[in-house]
Formats: sequence, structure tokens, C-alpha cells
Amino acid sequence: MKFTEEHEWLRVEGDLVVVGITEHAAEQLGDVVFVELPEVEAQFAKGDEVCVIESVKAASDILAPVEGEIVEVNEALSENPGLVNEDAQGDAWFFKMKIDDLSVLDTFMSEDEYKDFIA
Amino acid sequence: MTDLKRTCLHGLHLSLGAKMVPFAGYEMPVQYPMGVMGEHQHTRAQAGLFDVSHMGQIILGARGAPEALETLVPVDVLGLAEGRQRYALFTNDAGGILDDLMIANRGDHLFLVVNAACKAADTEHLMAHVPGVEPVTDRALLALQGPAAEAALARLVPRVSEMRFMDVGTHVWTDVELWISRSGYTGEDGFEISIPEERAETFARALLDMDEVAPIGLGARDSLRLEAGLCLYGHDIDTTTTPVEAGLNWAIQKVRRKGGDREGGFPGADRILSELVGGAARRRVGLRPEGRAPMREGTALFAAEDAAEPVGAVTSGGFGPSVGAPIAMGYVPPGQAAPDTLLFGEVRGKRLPARVTPLPFQPTTYRK
Repeated sequence: MKFTEEHEWLRVEGDLVVVGITEHAAEQLGDVVFVELPEVEAQFAKGDEVCVIESVKAASDILAPVEGEIVEVNEALSENPGLVNEDAQGDAWFFKMKIDDLSVLDTFMSEDEYKDFIA
Repeated sequence: MTDLKRTCLHGLHLSLGAKMVPFAGYEMPVQYPMGVMGEHQHTRAQAGLFDVSHMGQIILGARGAPEALETLVPVDVLGLAEGRQRYALFTNDAGGILDDLMIANRGDHLFLVVNAACKAADTEHLMAHVPGVEPVTDRALLALQGPAAEAALARLVPRVSEMRFMDVGTHVWTDVELWISRSGYTGEDGFEISIPEERAETFARALLDMDEVAPIGLGARDSLRLEAGLCLYGHDIDTTTTPVEAGLNWAIQKVRRKGGDREGGFPGADRILSELVGGAARRRVGLRPEGRAPMREGTALFAAEDAAEPVGAVTSGGFGPSVGAPIAMGYVPPGQAAPDTLLFGEVRGKRLPARVTPLPFQPTTYRK
């Protein structure tokens, strides 16, 4: 699993990248009450706003960590946004993206590096 | 947060694991480890303890103070019985609201509780018009709210069980005087307790030691009061909103209205009294977004999905944990204020449907 400075995690699944937010981010957000997911087949450039997360406190975004196309979204989050607080780095993935070159993931932080980053 | 003031319970908040944030010039707990949602639910199910010591406590003890206070508020102060409390508003000459407050008749004096952000201005305003204004600076203020509040507080102060909604009284706990009202700002039954600062932490810990009582931060205080349809000063009401626009007509007793024995005689009376009769140009309403996306403060409201100009805006909005859905309050013209009117809130560029809903969103449980 790789980590971004925007508190997302990235996991390779075949030729796809699965994206979610870290447990640290979920804890900072507080109870999540609404998630707006992207459309399947939508194209995003790195840094584009892909998802909106509303917690009891405020709204925040998930930005596309890399350029690519959305191939699947986690509909379970629409029904049960609280899943983000329960299992941020497991069942509460947000979307799966197809990207051209998986090696771009090497540029992101490892788990240990991320732990140092948030320390 | 070096320039921020602290309440005398600051150490208690830290020891309870509170996340502290700046609020109205104070460093205050926004939430404890239980989290906003859990704290909200706990208050509705059992009892929540809030530190509201940042709010202003003011005594008006001079002869003539009630008459003078009536020149600042559209409220019947002279008719407020001893041992009773009443909601009030300081108005300005344009009919806008300078602050909302509670006024209690404690026999030989009036006791006021005002908003933290307004207390300096309120005190100055009072001193200019009312004799004998004494800010209380050595007492903490706690709120204990929820269905188990009476049982919990009665273990320390048995006689609070005799109080009903909006009663006030002096009670003795160990050797100190507590000034207690049966009121609060959550829509639940509950109490507000003014206590000498040096005993506040011991008292708070005695309550927190009880199974029913949990500490509650500002986050849940906001969602609780929003579900109860209560206005937050600086958001739902301010100097640009009149009491009638805000739907606070009930706070203006007959004796201060047109034809009353003490009609008018408060700032902005011309406008407020005529709006009481003829209505205002806009009204505060409750809103239920039809989807799951919260409509936050500032969300523009439209009468139709393709309307060019907004008819109003959201002044408070978020998720209502007890309602289980997003809720909001905002201002719209009278033509859009009827329950079930369909409006559209613009959230991130999209016009999302929301229906006008009677307030409160959550039934209140006051012990009347």
C-alpha cells in the first residue's frame, strides 16, 4: 500500500489502483455522513477533485492522486458513509482507477514514511 | 492558541482527551474521544455535560433595572415572575438583533446569560442604559442536558426535581451556592448551573462519574440545537435579521406589542411592531435536503432548479444525527416559506432539492 501527502492510500489490484483515505484522515474528519462518488468512466487528471466527503464537521475532497479513468466506485459508501470511520483502509475504498503506468506509484510514500509524515 | 482565553475547566477538558479549538475568543472543546455523533446521541439518550463558561453572566441588581432593561429588549421583563427565566433579544434601531440572551428574575436582582462573542459589547450596551450592571467573572457555567439530567443532578441537588421548564433557583451543594435554571439549548430537558469557579471542576467530575453523564463538545452542541430549531447568534440571527424574520415572535409578549400596556419603547420598535402585524419580507424556515448531501451555511437557495437568482440562503446546516438526515435552516421570502415548498440548494454547482419543514426537526422534551 502506498500513501499520499493528501492522506490517501493506493493499493494495486491487477492493473487497477484502488484509492481510499487513511485511518488518520478519517479520524481527523470525524463521523462521515455523506460521500459523493465520481461517475464510472470519468477521466481525471492528477489533482482533480474526484470525491466529496462530508463529515459532521465539514466538507473535504479526495483529489485524483494520478491521472486515469474511474472503472468502479464503492456504492456501499453512498448507503453507509460511516464505513469510512469503521474501516478506512479496508472496506471503505472509494474508487478504482485504470492508469497508464503503475510505476508512478513508486513516487508515493511507504507506510513507514507516511507514519513519519503524520507524526 | 496563545491569545485565547481559557475557562476554569480547561484542565478537565484536556484530561478527558478533548480536541480544543478557538471559539469566540476562548479555547473550547469541540469534541471528546466519543466524537460528535456519539456525543449527540448520548445527550438525546442519557445526559450530556457542557462547559458553557465562556458565555457571559451578568447581574442587574439596582432599583429600576427591570424598567431600564425593557428599553433594550422587546420582552416583558417587569412581568417576569420571581424564580422564572425568559428568552430575550437585544435589538438595534434598525430592528436587527444585537444578541440573544436569557433573563432570570432571581428576586432581588436579574441574572442574564449572554453569548460569549457578544458579551463585551452587551456589557457596554447595558452599562450605557441600565443602572448597576455587574458582570459575573468568578463563576463557571455548566449545562447538563438530556432525559437523565434530572436524575443525575438530583443526586447532588435533590430539590432540582421540583423545578419545571424555565424555573430558576438558588441551591446549595456542599457549601457553595449554585444558581440553577431548568433550561438549555439542546431541545432536551436539562439544567444550566452557575457555580463558583474554584468548585466547578469538582462538581463537574462528580457528574461525570455517573454512568449516564458524558462530556459533550461544541460540535454536538451545534447539531443538537440545530435539530431543536434554535438560532445560533452570528449565523441564524444577527444585526441584519429582525425578530419577526427569525420567527421569534413568541419571544415578544403582548404587553410590548401594538395595543399592549407597554407597547414599543425598545430599539427598532417601529419596524418590529409593524412586522408583527404585517409580516416580514423574509422568514427563517427549516429545510430538509432530499438527498444525503448536507447544505451548509451560505448555500444559496433557489425557487426553481433553473432559476437565475437565489431567493435566500442557508444560515445553519449539517447532518442531524437524531433525524438521521441532513437538516438546515435558512431565510426565504414568505411565498417560499410554507411547509412542503420545494426549493433548490446549490451545492458544489449542483441544484439539489430541499423541502421547507416545520421546526423543530426533533421534538423537544422540556418538562413544562
